Amino acid sequence: MSAHPASAPSVPAAPRAGIRLPWVGAGLGRGTVVLYLSLIVLLPLAALTSQAFEDGLGTFWTQVTSPQAVRSLELTIICSLIVVAINAVFGTIIAWLLVRDEFPGKSVVNAVIDLPFALPTIVASLTLLALYGNDSPVGIDISSTRTAVVVALLFVTLPFVVRAVQPLLIEMDREMEEAAASLGASGFTIFRRIIFPNLLPGLAAGVALAFARALGEFGSVLLFAGGLPQTMVSSVFIRQQIESGNDIGASAVSVVLLIAALLMLAVITWIQRWGSRHERSSGAGLTVMPMSGLDPSSEGEGDDDEDR
Amino acid sequence: MRTVSSTRSRWGLRTLGLGYLALLLLAPLVMIFYKTFEHGLAPPLDAITSPDGLHALKLSLLMVAIAVPLNTIFGVGCALLLVRHKWKGNGAIDAIINLPFAISPIVIGLSLFLLYGAKGWFGPGLAEAGIEVLFSVPGMVLASIFVSLPFVVRETVPVLQEIGTEQEQAASTLGANAWQTFWRITLPAIRWGVAYGVVLTTARVLGEFGAVSIVSGQISGETETLPLFVEKQFANFNTAGAFGASVLLAVLALTTLLAMNVLKRKEDA
Repeated sequence: MSAHPASAPSVPAAPRAGIRLPWVGAGLGRGTVVLYLSLIVLLPLAALTSQAFEDGLGTFWTQVTSPQAVRSLELTIICSLIVVAINAVFGTIIAWLLVRDEFPGKSVVNAVIDLPFALPTIVASLTLLALYGNDSPVGIDISSTRTAVVVALLFVTLPFVVRAVQPLLIEMDREMEEAAASLGASGFTIFRRIIFPNLLPGLAAGVALAFARALGEFGSVLLFAGGLPQTMVSSVFIRQQIESGNDIGASAVSVVLLIAALLMLAVITWIQRWGSRHERSSGAGLTVMPMSGLDPSSEGEGDDDEDR
Repeated sequence: MRTVSSTRSRWGLRTLGLGYLALLLLAPLVMIFYKTFEHGLAPPLDAITSPDGLHALKLSLLMVAIAVPLNTIFGVGCALLLVRHKWKGNGAIDAIINLPFAISPIVIGLSLFLLYGAKGWFGPGLAEAGIEVLFSVPGMVLASIFVSLPFVVRETVPVLQEIGTEQEQAASTLGANAWQTFWRITLPAIRWGVAYGVVLTTARVLGEFGAVSIVSGQISGETETLPLFVEKQFANFNTAGAFGASVLLAVLALTTLLAMNVLKRKEDA
């Protein structure tokens, strides 16, 4: 976009746009990427969708609206909403502590936040069961209840909001807050009128990521909440259907989860456009799921040989 | 300076935030170690060094050895394409790469199960050729690659955008070819970002449970990775064995956290 071919310096062979894929042309590289993505991601998902509709739309609908399927979907959505609401509040508080407060051990706390990303979900489930199960050393037994579903999901989704809000807090201009305080605004007013609106894009993105994760979570719920009818989230329901040989039922509910996942990704993309002035900071800060995607303005910058 | 937090509200927030972390993160972490070594070192050690345990460990390492290099090469190449080569399909590629973040591991496992199953599009043909994908290593590798696909791309794209192209242009002006420029200029500049992505990929592959559980069939001593071994031991009422393998995975997770922090600092420096 900066240099039209005609105005470019007369060394046409020099790669003005910096390095290209060195060993192959971009076309071959693109072909490889598309092939890899198709084989690994797209074809399996296509097979799933095709299986779900194998016996027609009617069967799909019957499977999705069967009492068990509906119950599992309702439970999954309600628990995910509760979890996301709780972690939005606590995630913001924790991010606040990590950015604006000083206390001994802060750097350790900051590092431990990512534990749920690193710890295998089945290990999380086992240890939550040991801690809050029928053998609980603290005398709390919530295993195989809906509370257990919520606690397991709280564990695995904890880092999302913290990591999405943290960079915005670091970047935030303190002058506005100081001005508001000098004009007599109370702490709560400053939070509501100045801090919260500035954190909103990160908070919304973190909440959406956490929600997507919660909807599909499997391992952490499995041992702790179990597969009782009243605690069966959709992913556990799907595995049960696979084990009982009902491939269409399993894939029908899977398609519902797949659509929900696509919706959440669309919402996240939209949030990021909306909060695009924060894009750079959120890209640098979201440690494990930096979904900042591509900055459209710098994408392919200066590369004006659009081939194919 | 602290415009919002008076001393009292600051202590309130500290109690709430740190208390929540203690109950939700710290207590479970301590619990893994406590439960494992409750009856001494022998039971967890026996479990891990049992033939099935050792096989599970080996299989987990095999998953890492295959999935991580593949996704790293793919990730760096794909990031270069997305950042440096404008193409109208880039948006779609970018969106597809994010899919594994949002899709349930069970859905991923089922998708592979259906594609390579006896009635699937690929299953019968591959079976005729004598290639078993389901209930054996290839299927588990495919599941591991799927779930850990985005990390290297996502960590490399912002770093590539940040370093710009000036140095690369200088190198090529001085006569370096593309290959030399990549190895001498680009890769050194993005290495910490790539390394960060590799750490995340490794952690995800080691810990993956849902997707692998569906395609593996969980045959002890054959298609069991460490996380699957944990579940099997738990189901067989061998709690010591389950915790023994869990501690191993937890130590790997803590190592991951440490590596993430070290790399983050190098990246920021």
